Amino acid sequence: MDEKSDGRRRFLAQGAALAGGTAFAALSPPGAAQEIAGQPWERVYGAPFTGYGQPSKFEAPVIRHIGRPYGDLAPGSGAALSPIESLEGIITPSSLHNIRSHSGTPDIDPKEHRLLIHGLVARPLMFTVDSLLSYPMTTRTHFIECSGNSSRATTPQPAQVPAGAIHGNAACSEWTGVPLRVLLEEAGVDASAKWLLAEGADSAHMSRSIPIEKAFDDALVALYQNGERLRPEQGYPVRLFLPGWEGNMSVKWLRRIKATDGPTHTKDETSKYTDPLPDGRSLQFTFEMGVKSVITRPSSTMTLPRPGLYEITGLAWSGAGRIQKVEVSTDGGATWTAATLLGEERPKSFVRFRLPWEWSGKPAVLQSRATDEKGRVQPPRKEWTARYSPDMRYHNNSIVSWAVGADGKVTHVYA
Amino acid sequence: MSTRNLTTLLSLVALAACTGVMQTTSSKPPALGTPVGAAEIARWDISIPPSGAGLPAGSGSARQGQQVYEQKCLACHGAKGAGKPADALAGGVGTLASKTPVRTVGSYWPYATTLFDYVRRAMPINNPLSLTSDEVYAVTAYVLALNGIIGEDAVMNAQSLPQVKMPNRDGFVSDWPPRER
Repeated sequence: MDEKSDGRRRFLAQGAALAGGTAFAALSPPGAAQEIAGQPWERVYGAPFTGYGQPSKFEAPVIRHIGRPYGDLAPGSGAALSPIESLEGIITPSSLHNIRSHSGTPDIDPKEHRLLIHGLVARPLMFTVDSLLSYPMTTRTHFIECSGNSSRATTPQPAQVPAGAIHGNAACSEWTGVPLRVLLEEAGVDASAKWLLAEGADSAHMSRSIPIEKAFDDALVALYQNGERLRPEQGYPVRLFLPGWEGNMSVKWLRRIKATDGPTHTKDETSKYTDPLPDGRSLQFTFEMGVKSVITRPSSTMTLPRPGLYEITGLAWSGAGRIQKVEVSTDGGATWTAATLLGEERPKSFVRFRLPWEWSGKPAVLQSRATDEKGRVQPPRKEWTARYSPDMRYHNNSIVSWAVGADGKVTHVYA
Repeated sequence: MSTRNLTTLLSLVALAACTGVMQTTSSKPPALGTPVGAAEIARWDISIPPSGAGLPAGSGSARQGQQVYEQKCLACHGAKGAGKPADALAGGVGTLASKTPVRTVGSYWPYATTLFDYVRRAMPINNPLSLTSDEVYAVTAYVLALNGIIGEDAVMNAQSLPQVKMPNRDGFVSDWPPRER
């Protein structure tokens, strides 16, 4: 916007404000302005254009649930969870997307950033961000879920916090980028390469090992999210995106991919992101996120104002592919009814489910249970818990229960 | 866009529609990566697998590492790796099958090379990539010695570090390729 047109706009705005106030009031008969229905904001000239839009100030309470396990010591280490209890549809607004970062968000200059592909390749190659932006693009809608999502549902007592503060370490966006296989083929990956090591340009240099099969299946080197370039906290200017797999494998701020003959056994695939079993051993390399669903409304901390008709709605997803069905129970799992689905044709995407429900005013326990196209069914909480060590915090895809009291208050329960 | 440019563009579009010159049936993507030499790759390649391939020259012992630890690690990881506010680095051996497992470098991490790799790439959290190779070897040795895995005078270097057998080396079951659930 140039200075001249900005000045002109301000002039118009001031003139209109003046016209809406004293100038017209003096010319109109007393009381005339009240005859036509109209709120105060209908009687003044509206706000000017802005270069980048913001939500209404009245939506200010809709923000991410921020968890900082190390406090001020490392304020960017931890997670910010999406407020799924306040959202609708299947696309998460970029500003409310969940964030899991290990050492904060780096301030990356895209002109200086590079992506190196090397290791067991015929031609080690360096890519600038501009060069990546010149490749033919692929666009797909996918969820991404931190492996530690729903870890707050593993505490001894159910946390009485909004649904997003427990299950919002997941989000769904439209991602656009270059298929990783295109870049790997350009570098000429050797037949002996079985894994890749992907590394970020954050100060943790977060790194994960990835089976080469995934790279040649549906992995993207993502540059855009929901139509615009990636947000800094989502990996600007370039991130890896591995649909359906544990979130931190989709390495943000991607700076290096090394083709290797085996896994590197990085810190975040040994000391963390491994799944402890009751016998003391741990599962390693559990990449795929399980079939899962959660009712987002009504949900924990909400209150139903009166008996009557409500819509039960929520989100379902599976790292294995499409969601086949979501069933809802209002009696703690005794009986189930299939919900209506939105977006079920998309693999590895959020699916929105809805079911009308007449609340009688008596206590109820609401649950949802998703089944994916591979026939996998979301497990009951007790069954999931029994598989692992008491300190298991990853891959919790067990059924979520919200209790509705006779007073309409919705609480988080373990059922 | 000026009127003249717009006219030119429209003519081109019209031409393309007639002759197809702007279309291509080739699906070959542009090859825009630039070749990189070994010296440049060496500056970037900081990942260390269990074999120790890529470990740099240099060395350090636990005795030397104690100084580095007390200056640069203790504030977050506590005296002798006791933890708080950041993760505990020592202790917990024998607790993994209990109701209150304590997962530390000593009780849980399967490879000593991962410790070197992680300290070098990410620590200290307020100044990563600042330690010399000797300092990384030394502080790695210190944490291993805190756990009684090596002695205080054992020297860690590119040859000795990959030889260290961690207590929980065999405690992991690979889930790749995936088992049926």
